[in-house]
Amino acid sequence: MSPTTTAEAVAPEAGTAPVLELAGVTKTYRVKQGMFSAAKPLNALGGVSLKIHRKDVLGLVGESGCGKSTLAKILLGLEAPTSGQVLIDGREVTARERTVLARRIQPIFQDPYSSLNPRKCIEDIIALPLVVHKIGDSASRAKSVARMLDLVGLPQRVLRGYPNQLSGGQRQRVAIARALVMNPEIVICDEPTSALDVSVQSQILNLLGDLREELGLTYLFISHNLAVVEHLATRVAVMYLGKIVEEAPASELFAGPRHPYTKALLESVLTPDPNLSVPDTHLGAAYPNPIDPPSGCHFHPRCAKVMDICKTTPPPHVAGPQGHVDCHLHAAPAR
Amino acid sequence: MSEPVLKVDNLTIDIPMAQGTLHAVRGIDFELKRGETLCIVGESGSGKSLTSLAIMGLLSKKMRCNAARLDFSGIDLRKQSPRAMRALRGDRMAMIFQEPMTSLNPAYTIGDQLMEALQLHRPVGRAEARARAIELLGKVGITAAESRLSQYPHQLSGGLRQRVMIAMALMCEPELIIADEPTTALDVTIQAQILRLLADLQREMNMAMILVTHDLGVVARIADKVVVMYAGEVVEKGSAREIFENPRHPYTRGLLRCIPVPGKTKPGEHLGSIPGIVPSLIGKVEGCAFRSRCDVAEAACASDVPVRRTGEDHMYRCIHEVQAGAPS
Ligand SMILES: Nc1ncnc2c1ncn2[C@@H]1O[C@H](COP(=O)(O)OP(=O)(O)OP(=O)(O)O)[C@@H](O)[C@H]1O
Ligand SMILES: Nc1ncnc2c1ncn2[C@@H]1O[C@H](COP(=O)(O)OP(=O)(O)O)[C@@H](O)[C@H]1O
Ligand code: SF4
Ligand code: SF4
Ligand SMILES: [Mg+2]
Ligand SMILES: [Mg+2]
Repeated sequence: MSPTTTAEAVAPEAGTAPVLELAGVTKTYRVKQGMFSAAKPLNALGGVSLKIHRKDVLGLVGESGCGKSTLAKILLGLEAPTSGQVLIDGREVTARERTVLARRIQPIFQDPYSSLNPRKCIEDIIALPLVVHKIGDSASRAKSVARMLDLVGLPQRVLRGYPNQLSGGQRQRVAIARALVMNPEIVICDEPTSALDVSVQSQILNLLGDLREELGLTYLFISHNLAVVEHLATRVAVMYLGKIVEEAPASELFAGPRHPYTKALLESVLTPDPNLSVPDTHLGAAYPNPIDPPSGCHFHPRCAKVMDICKTTPPPHVAGPQGHVDCHLHAAPAR
Repeated sequence: MSEPVLKVDNLTIDIPMAQGTLHAVRGIDFELKRGETLCIVGESGSGKSLTSLAIMGLLSKKMRCNAARLDFSGIDLRKQSPRAMRALRGDRMAMIFQEPMTSLNPAYTIGDQLMEALQLHRPVGRAEARARAIELLGKVGITAAESRLSQYPHQLSGGLRQRVMIAMALMCEPELIIADEPTTALDVTIQAQILRLLADLQREMNMAMILVTHDLGVVARIADKVVVMYAGEVVEKGSAREIFENPRHPYTRGLLRCIPVPGKTKPGEHLGSIPGIVPSLIGKVEGCAFRSRCDVAEAACASDVPVRRTGEDHMYRCIHEVQAGAPS
């Protein structure tokens, strides 16, 4: 089958099958720590399985360096997994078909300042994906670009302007327009609002919500801001040292976090309540070195509920009807 | 003991630019006592960092800084020579920046830099300075402090570096500490830890602290007093409780509507927003700078705007007498 047919082949019963699936995806980088030491493996992703359904907003949260962006890059075809599969509509995407991914999955990155080429005018920036994938002629491209500007709420007069003439929020709108011009089904947002002022952040979040309704988009939404994730996500996956340690519908996860790490993350959310002080998350200082991960449950040196077994044995994968949690606390009692 | 440590009165900062003068800070006032935490919030570019730098005497020479009063513990900062300011900085007043690498020298060990911070201002020997460095590293929650002394900044994670910065700022037990977005680049978990640490140390050492941030959650949890800046002006000022429970200025009220609050805003529903962008402050600035984005603006907003006071220490700048109550 040629890549193009794959791109157009949308299963009719797609409503139930996950539009995007990761099955046991690992990614290992080889890194050198000192000048003379041999390269050591760094498991950025240690076997990630995830399903994203159409129109879902999957919030992906976890501390810096846990592997969120690595996962995004694999989904975008920018990096190849070391092992495991990426499936679209239940069909594996092979290395050769990576360009297919680009047509159906588009990114919006964190920094609206560095992600736009400063020497290109806005029209060229938004049209670039069409040019790269040789879609349409210049007239039809111009039409698409104009439509995108309307969609993201930018005036047509910015077309001939350059990124440095726009505000941070406007630049992020340009980045959204550039992502949507390809008519993707899935949009990967890697910290899309963390570089923006609060007043601008809310506009972008509203826009992302509207576009999802209007265009039936599916999002993978990576963010450090759990209040934002609670606001936007339908499901949440919590990542720690390259593994998804808990996954659940957003309402469930925020109402009743099960993994001790999820609990600690939620406790560190600072709601604007002047009657409360800064909470103690009991997490200790150190996020572990991914080159030398702790034995057993990777989270055990920081866990408030640690037991003896956690130090030696990796936690079980405890699946429930709505998600899963990887933790010895939730293992079925031995009989 | 209730004499303010810091008194800022009508501070203005002008920056000459090719296109004209940028009026970056336009007449701001506030004061701060020992043991108090003041948070400065506002849009990026509203003048928060320049205000901090002005107090520390760190503005670049091309900028013009004026004030009716800029007093620190009875010292008129306007009249201090650069040399006198250097003696104050790191001793009686200290600053923590967002990016720790702006203050840490990559070529020197943590230990050397911490010890120098003390020995620059105090006639102490190496052994004593070293003991103090270890003490402070312990205070900021760094384990195995002694072994860290020989490490270089790049060998530490972002959270650890920020802790080292805090330790360095506290070496001489300053009376005033200014932290400019100290946790913005950090994980939420580390952010909570660092803020808790700052709050604890501030209490323990009875320091005055200015914390610059755009995170309203941080402000609510840590501030005694809040200054809301917009386009170089203080548009509202008051106790943290007043600002969050009875915000009066349309900008403050708008900001509070923009943030999702777990358990309060409904998931998926539209958040409030403040359309438009901050106006240019180059050339003459008249009237309320917020008027291009304000949903209750009127013609009168283009001329002088009155300062209103409600109760003790709560002021705002608006033509309207805004009624109390949290924004809906
Ligand atoms: N090209 C690379 N070579 C070597 N190691 C890498 C590379 N890219 C990422 N890593 C490592 O893989 C791990 C995961 O990195 P990743 O960028 O996915 O983190 P993240 O969760 O996106 O973090 P952040 O929240 O800071 O963006 C980290 O330990 C990182 O240092
Ligand atoms: N070194 C500088 N040269 C020219 N303009 C500057 C400089 N530093 C700050 N400004 C301008 O002064 C204003 C206030 O800046 P700043 O205090 O850094 O804002 P904040 O910290 O609130 O984001 C902005 O308009 C900014 O662009
Ligand atoms: S497995 Fe053990 S250490 Fe890991 S999260 Fe669960 S209780 Fe904590
Ligand atoms: S003075 Fe006018 S423009 Fe400014 S906040 Fe008040 S109503 Fe709005
Ligand atoms: Mg990342
Ligand atoms: Mg600043």
